[in-house]
Amino acid sequence: MAKPNSQTWRIITIHAGLLAYSAFALFPVLLIILNSFKDRLTIFSAPFALPDAETFTLDGYQTLSSTAHFELFFLNSFLVTASSLALIVVVSSMAAFALAEYKFRLNFLTGLYLAIGIMVPIRLGTVGILRMMVELHLVNTLWSLILIYTAQGIPLAIFVLTAFMRQLPKDLKDAARIDGASEYRIYWLTLPLVRPAIGSVLAISMLPIWNDLWFPLILAPGESTKTLVLGAQAFLGEFVNDYNAVLAALTLAILPPVLLYFVFSRQLIRGITAGAVK
Amino acid sequence: MRRRRFVRVHILVFLAPAVLIYTAFMIYPLFDSLWLSLNNKGATANQIFVGIQNYQTLFGQEQWSKPFWNALRNNALFFLIHMLVQNPVGLLLAALLGARIRGGAIYRSIIFTPTILSVVIVGFAWKLILNPAWGISRSVLAAVGLSALDHPWLGLESSALVTLSLISVWQNIGIPMMLFLAALIRIPEELMEAARVDGAGVWKIFWKIQFPLILPTVGIVAVLTFVGNFNAFELIYATQGALAGPNFASDILGTFFFRTFFGYQLQPADPFMGSAVAGIMLLIILTGVLIYLFGWQRRLQQIQY
Repeated sequence: MAKPNSQTWRIITIHAGLLAYSAFALFPVLLIILNSFKDRLTIFSAPFALPDAETFTLDGYQTLSSTAHFELFFLNSFLVTASSLALIVVVSSMAAFALAEYKFRLNFLTGLYLAIGIMVPIRLGTVGILRMMVELHLVNTLWSLILIYTAQGIPLAIFVLTAFMRQLPKDLKDAARIDGASEYRIYWLTLPLVRPAIGSVLAISMLPIWNDLWFPLILAPGESTKTLVLGAQAFLGEFVNDYNAVLAALTLAILPPVLLYFVFSRQLIRGITAGAVK
Repeated sequence: MRRRRFVRVHILVFLAPAVLIYTAFMIYPLFDSLWLSLNNKGATANQIFVGIQNYQTLFGQEQWSKPFWNALRNNALFFLIHMLVQNPVGLLLAALLGARIRGGAIYRSIIFTPTILSVVIVGFAWKLILNPAWGISRSVLAAVGLSALDHPWLGLESSALVTLSLISVWQNIGIPMMLFLAALIRIPEELMEAARVDGAGVWKIFWKIQFPLILPTVGIVAVLTFVGNFNAFELIYATQGALAGPNFASDILGTFFFRTFFGYQLQPADPFMGSAVAGIMLLIILTGVLIYLFGWQRRLQQIQY
């Protein structure tokens, strides 16, 4: 018999625990954003104060826009992420359709071969990747990144999409076949039915691509091909003592993933759990 | 039967793009790397096959073996801290969220926020906060009466690695939390209700009912942590630079691999030795994955059926 009193205490304890951890999770992020709008003196003398009319400044953002090409870096990140995601979804949904729809001799082995990449990090092949990109003259191009990120995203995308496509009812596709639809047409017709799974694939593939530092650093470090994360990294290293500029750069770099997260949080949560169920 | 043959062309068309891109840009470079690790520069700067000589150099010459073992030891500690802090705390947060209280979704989103940020941003933000010049950590510690703990944590050889591990825990805790939460809410409420009627407390219900049922997720979280940690690089590079200072105290396999194949400052780039380091990292990661697949998952299946 739980007394209402002990139940209330239980709920209060849970709230207290979660509230405390939430504060711990948000504190550094808020501190950065807050101080990026304050003048240099106040950043040091009153780091926890809100910016007011007197201490408010955009100095850091001005330094940023006058010294680094953050618009260009942002565009690069956007192009790389969007192109990789588009490629991942197109080629993975095709492969997943084949694996889920047809019985053929190498079905299981092909699935297994494609699944290796879920656990083996693509980074371990970096020496080979760099050598290949040099030979293909793709170093310092966005294409080098797009191709690598597509290859990196394919295994998990196929895994999630295949599991989802296997659950689609057979009757629908058989009805289309009787009507004389080609297999390509049937693939095209199933795509809208797996939209939730495609959403999950987009959400789980997006952030690792956007946030990556390793491959931009190695394959495309040139000024015109820097991604936002690499650009921020270089800028932070260079302006390490200019707190206004550093805080402004951090704030700008925090915003895009947070916005993406707000738009895609449902798909992201579903995707994380779908990808790890097996 | 005739129809089957007709279908095969489609199968090929559907599979080809994914298989080709994946093979060309992931599998081939991995094997090329392994092949390169068995080669080295010949007398006329051409590439020659040397067998396992690079691996012998890595383990046999002190200038290589000392930094390698240092990085491996550090990496093991990095992993251990994630297993002892990140995953239990992640499970605790999931258990709290699993109680289905009001506002649970908001807490979940907030706690997950650091996970979506770039490691570069997270590393630098913490570097600023821990920097004695800004003094944030000093005033926070003073406010809770722990001034004695005020150190330049990232600057001391004794504390840099542990501090970085905890920063990484702070960032990545969202993943185990989400996975544990998904597993916990799949457990039928009736099971817990029955135990409650029998007089079992919260603690007993957790250990006797919930924990055994989420064991598969415990395994997944452990193997994801293992692969992620033994492949980590960005946090150390962003906060401490490629030299993983102070005095290599925070050097892990990822940073060691980067310096070896890419070169850094006075150290020339050596793709052959770099490939050998990648080969060892691959071996470590595969060992972890295989232990998970055949040790953990197999055993769980035997229990279930």
